[in-house]
Amino acid sequence: MMRRLIPRPALSLALFLLWAALTNAASLGALLLGGLLALVMPFVTRRFWPDAPRLARPVVALKFAARVAWDMLVANWAVARRVVGPVASLSPAFVEVPLDLRDPFVATILSSIVSLTPGTVSVDVDRDRWVLHLHALDAPDPDALVRVIKLRYETPIREIFSC
Amino acid sequence: MNLVIEFVVASLILLGAAFALLGSVGLARLPDFFTRLHGPTKATTLGVGAMVLASAVYFTATQQGFSLHEIAVMVFLFITAPVSAHLLAKAALHRSAPECSEEIDDAGK
Repeated sequence: MMRRLIPRPALSLALFLLWAALTNAASLGALLLGGLLALVMPFVTRRFWPDAPRLARPVVALKFAARVAWDMLVANWAVARRVVGPVASLSPAFVEVPLDLRDPFVATILSSIVSLTPGTVSVDVDRDRWVLHLHALDAPDPDALVRVIKLRYETPIREIFSC
Repeated sequence: MNLVIEFVVASLILLGAAFALLGSVGLARLPDFFTRLHGPTKATTLGVGAMVLASAVYFTATQQGFSLHEIAVMVFLFITAPVSAHLLAKAALHRSAPECSEEIDDAGK
């Protein structure tokens, strides 16, 4: 019964929180409207959603989000220093990261994280060979970068979505 | 508004402005399309993030209740920024934008 009423609890919760943020959670009416939207919108948009894997480890997901936020700060600083430093000594490179995950939705999250952490921009996810192509601003040792991305981001993401 | 909050807001705005500037400096100084792509992604994450945070702190301090719009702004920015960067990079690969290193043939498909 609950399952049929709320087919995607995580999506509903996210919509409700987003609505609360948009309206500043100002009044009871706004929150009720948000609750209604959070119930109706997953139904209306159901056909557009890919079969997203379940969020298996929410606590790990929160810790992971905090780590990504921290990494973004550190990497911002690192890239900022490179940008004002001598540009000629940079070694930009295309890097191929072989993926162990096999889910398009999770691959999208991983490539978004790679793009958000400055210094790397994901260019393409090859779904035939499951390789993430990315461009790095300064990667003197591409293999080390591949190891970092696999260990620091891909492994926890696979644990979170258990895929 | 007390002095501490004023100081926090001012430093967040300055931090955001500094990173937006650095993003633009990167856009101007870096040699080719793909390296230039890294400037704007940086400006949106930390630059806009810090300014939006400053706005949240300011309006929470000066008005009644919390100001939460800014969180929604940040969420949407962080979702859409990688998508636009990804689209730009893909379009550039498709059109074979000139690049300084010679590895473009490996990555292009």
